[in-house]
Amino acid sequence: MAAISRDEVAHLARLSRLAVTEQELDTFAGQLDVILQAVARVGEVAAADIPPTSHSVPLTNVLREDVVINCLTREEALAGAPDVEDDRFRVPRILDEEA
Amino acid sequence: MTTTTLPTYDEAIAGFEPVIGLETHVELGTNTKMFCGCPTDFGGEPNTRVCPVCLGLPGSLPVANKAAIEATIRIGLALNCSIATWCRFARKNYFYPDMPKNFQISQYDEPLCVDGYLDVEVDGKTVRIGIERVHLEEDTGKTLHVGGATGRIHGATESLVDYNRAGIPLVEIVTKPVPGTGALAPEVARAYVTELREVIRGLGVSDVRMEEGSLRCDVNTSLNRPGDEWGTRTETKNVNSLRSVERAVRTEIIRQSAVLEGGGRIVQETRHFSEETGDTRPGRSKETATDYRYFPEPDLVPLAPDPAWVESLRLALPEPPRDRRKRIQESWGLSDLDMQSVVNAGAVELIEETVAAGATAAAARKWWLGELARRANEAGIDLASVGATPAQVAELQTLVDSGKLNDKLARVVIEGVVAGEGSPTEVMEARGLAVVSDTGALTAAVDEAIAANPDVAAKVRDGKVAAAGALVGAVMKTTKGQADAKTVRELILERLGAS
Repeated sequence: MAAISRDEVAHLARLSRLAVTEQELDTFAGQLDVILQAVARVGEVAAADIPPTSHSVPLTNVLREDVVINCLTREEALAGAPDVEDDRFRVPRILDEEA
Repeated sequence: MTTTTLPTYDEAIAGFEPVIGLETHVELGTNTKMFCGCPTDFGGEPNTRVCPVCLGLPGSLPVANKAAIEATIRIGLALNCSIATWCRFARKNYFYPDMPKNFQISQYDEPLCVDGYLDVEVDGKTVRIGIERVHLEEDTGKTLHVGGATGRIHGATESLVDYNRAGIPLVEIVTKPVPGTGALAPEVARAYVTELREVIRGLGVSDVRMEEGSLRCDVNTSLNRPGDEWGTRTETKNVNSLRSVERAVRTEIIRQSAVLEGGGRIVQETRHFSEETGDTRPGRSKETATDYRYFPEPDLVPLAPDPAWVESLRLALPEPPRDRRKRIQESWGLSDLDMQSVVNAGAVELIEETVAAGATAAAARKWWLGELARRANEAGIDLASVGATPAQVAELQTLVDSGKLNDKLARVVIEGVVAGEGSPTEVMEARGLAVVSDTGALTAAVDEAIAANPDVAAKVRDGKVAAAGALVGAVMKTTKGQADAKTVRELILERLGAS
């Protein structure tokens, strides 16, 4: 059985707002399936005594004191923006969603 | 939806049992953001409180704010929650420009605090609201929609984004479903948010101002026939005042009952509350949890709060507001109704501090709920920002008690204090408002009043002591209110041989 279906790939593409053609869906579904199957092999070698790992370093509680640092200037902050209006990042509207 | 066919609230609630749930977001009052050192103060020019971390620039790494973790644990403890001994942050992925990273760092299946409760009073009864979870996340930036006629997203062609708010620590507090409140559901919802606000204010971790958005509320409502399973719920967003919390539940109960009575089904959806009309309207279709593709945040290591530290935070918690109110009500000897008016006016601390500064509870309550509440209302500001301090109110009352000011003059002195002219004593002296205690000057005024009102004087001489009021009034007028009415009255009666 495939690790990821063509429909799931189409759904992920929609969530990411990527325009994907029918032909690309076939290609990506096949490629992603190979990747996921390869990764899934890790699960085959993990014994019951090995807990799932999300972080490779055994650290906890890396915290910061609540002290203000210098921010970027507005010019620096907006320097990489694709477009600027009224000192704000200007982006295309996103339909059907509300903040 | 035709409004003409909507039932009244009483009709709507008669056939159904409501279940409510509340999600509350609280912006913490830390100095800096959740994962970087940018300042958090309200206001500021757009995009001036941002850095590579909160802008999600490549190569930047978040580091959690210790003060925010501590504040969240304290909120959890104050809500009787268990505190996780180990938990992780998670990425919530979604496509919207209010977060520059294209995800929000939140917590998913491992919240910092779980399984608590908050008791609230409604209609003389105690209702226990279960707390499902308290978790920590980061606030989003502010988007401004332009290009359309209305400024709303529909019809807009562009969005302008300010990331000053992006990354401010945000605590989300989620209740368990609350069944069994019947027709009181709207009031229970309001009482819960009111009490939650008091608890958080008491902890000093947020200014919890709904009008500034540092406390925001989403309200879930469902209806079921008695004996049936719970119905499908809707989530109402944009509920930005205590009054709106109550109205949103009421409106949603009426709307849902009309749909159900008409044979329709409730759709699980997000609805938006309108402050103007009190209506709710459908919002965007909610992405499901799987659509957010949550996964453990790889850039942040897990949190493992030391149990000894958590215990020390628990021991240092302030007295719960509800216990405090009960203690205060008893010591001040107030009725439930009087205490409620003190609480509603936001005057508990102010009166408490005034009493600590030497005034009686009755006098402190009189000034704060009377003259000062009136001025705060007129100016449209909180009582605490009215411009008088508890110490000044106590000083004012001392001046009244010692006879240097009467009630009317004291009100004028308050005006000066509120206007920033100094302490009550300074205002009294600067404005020459002290009660005229010079008996010579008073006697002259009394004689003048008697001479000007011979008919009244004659009545008093004949024993009609009540008529002396008119003469007292005349003396108060000539002394511009600066005489002590009781002294004047005694002088008049003495003069007319009626005492």
